Amino acid sequence: MKKKRLFSRGVMFLLCLVFSVLFLLPTVLTITNSFMSESEIRANYGMIFSASGGGFVSEHVNLKFIPDRVTLSQYVSGLIKSPNYLVKYWNSILLVLPIVIFQVAIASVAAYSFTRWRGKVRDGIFFFYVILMLMPYQVTLVPNFLVSQWLGIINTPWSIILPGVFAPFSVFLLTKFMRRIPYSLIEAAKVDGADEWQIFTKICLPECRAALYSIAILVFIDYWNMVEQPLILLKDADSQPLSVFLSNINSGEIGLAFAMATVYMIPSLLLFLHGEEYLVEGIATQGSVKG
Amino acid sequence: MNERRAEQRHNKLRDFAASLCFLSPSLLGVGVFFILPFGVVIYYSLIDGVGTRSFVFFENFRKLLGNSAFLLAGRNTLLFSAVAVPLAVVLSLGLAVMLEARIPGKSGFRTFFLSPMMVPVASVVLIWQVLFSYNGSVNEWLGLAAGARIDWLQSDWNIYVVVLLFLWKNLGYFMILFMAGLSNIPKELLEVADVEGASESYKFFAIKLRYLSPTVLFVTILSLINSFKVFREVYLLTGDYPLGRLYMLQHFMNNTFRSFDYQKLSAAAVIMAAVMVVLIALLFKIEDWFGKDVEG
Repeated sequence: MKKKRLFSRGVMFLLCLVFSVLFLLPTVLTITNSFMSESEIRANYGMIFSASGGGFVSEHVNLKFIPDRVTLSQYVSGLIKSPNYLVKYWNSILLVLPIVIFQVAIASVAAYSFTRWRGKVRDGIFFFYVILMLMPYQVTLVPNFLVSQWLGIINTPWSIILPGVFAPFSVFLLTKFMRRIPYSLIEAAKVDGADEWQIFTKICLPECRAALYSIAILVFIDYWNMVEQPLILLKDADSQPLSVFLSNINSGEIGLAFAMATVYMIPSLLLFLHGEEYLVEGIATQGSVKG
Repeated sequence: MNERRAEQRHNKLRDFAASLCFLSPSLLGVGVFFILPFGVVIYYSLIDGVGTRSFVFFENFRKLLGNSAFLLAGRNTLLFSAVAVPLAVVLSLGLAVMLEARIPGKSGFRTFFLSPMMVPVASVVLIWQVLFSYNGSVNEWLGLAAGARIDWLQSDWNIYVVVLLFLWKNLGYFMILFMAGLSNIPKELLEVADVEGASESYKFFAIKLRYLSPTVLFVTILSLINSFKVFREVYLLTGDYPLGRLYMLQHFMNNTFRSFDYQKLSAAAVIMAAVMVVLIALLFKIEDWFGKDVEG
């Protein structure tokens, strides 16, 4: 019996190892390949991207983990020589940061309302938020597009930022977190004569600090990765975020693309390394869609 | 008596005012950017766009359901979901169970499995292309000769490549949901089962899976919804007009946006919304049902 259990544990461990390799492979390869020179990239992957220009092209594709010669040349040409990528990177930041900050801020007030006052109508509104949250872009983008046209903000970053700020996801998740705060805490503050705003800022927000961080991470990664909204709402190629622009890189600049892809994942990977526990907590709290 | 009632009414009014104060920023934004325009979308879906703006009721829907591009996109999206969702549920449950067992390096594995969710898809499509192109690494590894190679991205196989990318990105997330569900199973129950000498498989199927059923349903719906969003992966891998089975509903929407056909767009959005509402209602009903079952 014991032997059998040990054996099954060993199998599980091996399986986990295999899965780990599969899960890490694409990310790690992208990072290591970003340190190759353009000629090495062309030699290795020329078959696939049929790069223009001469140079040696291997007959077989060469998937390599470690570059022959580590070089930062791709980073230099992407970040210093041509401003194009930096502009797109800046676009991404300008779109995502306001959305994260204001979505969480507005959601925290709304979540307080949903936590503090229950009732048929308010629970109905909350239910409506949940439905809205689950709607795919095929549904929400058409209304967003129409409003942006009416307000004259189409083709400007505002057409993405404003709907993003009011997206119901944070409201939903933060409400679930806030409803866990013991009611006695709020009651005690009330007895002490605190008004609602004081209860909100002095008790609810500090209690939810970890939750706010985990929600901010989830919102950040969602919008850092966005593709659908800019494609519809930003026709102007110059204002596109890097998440869309990366796929439009022409085949002659594959090495550069690897480097920029790596640069683009740095902020989210750093957030992940720093806040993994919070992220896990945030996901686990979504456990069911009901409040 | 009267005074007390007046005070109660006063309190109620004050609560209502306060709750509205806190909710109004969000409610206003949701109203302006989602609800109001969606009302207009419904209106657009019911009128004739070209000249008269007269009500044509279901004419736009009838036309849409006869549109071959919409039907193709709908069929492809459903096909993708049918392949991806069961795989996502089973595999992520498997990962969660493995990480629950006593194996070394658990927290490291959890980090590894979760990491793809934090990597923007745009950053890894290049590697995906290197792997799955006609001249790519996967064909190389399989040792296929030039003639027998599979063009993974340009043939009917491409849907499976995207399924792989979908699983890679989403499994960690679903795994966390399952791990949370597993940790909610009463320990005493499993201990009793151990004392009674129940086998591992009995414990899994008779106890754990029963308690996990709400999570299973939640993950099913969530992955179904996420599978509707797979356009992102497809677009970044293959662009605006993918071949084979990858022409998704969002492609249809994007291309319709380009032609400014509001009637078609609106009808499609309304149909999608209706399908989603039915799915969500189903989720709530089932959650109710299973929740009672486990608690009772």
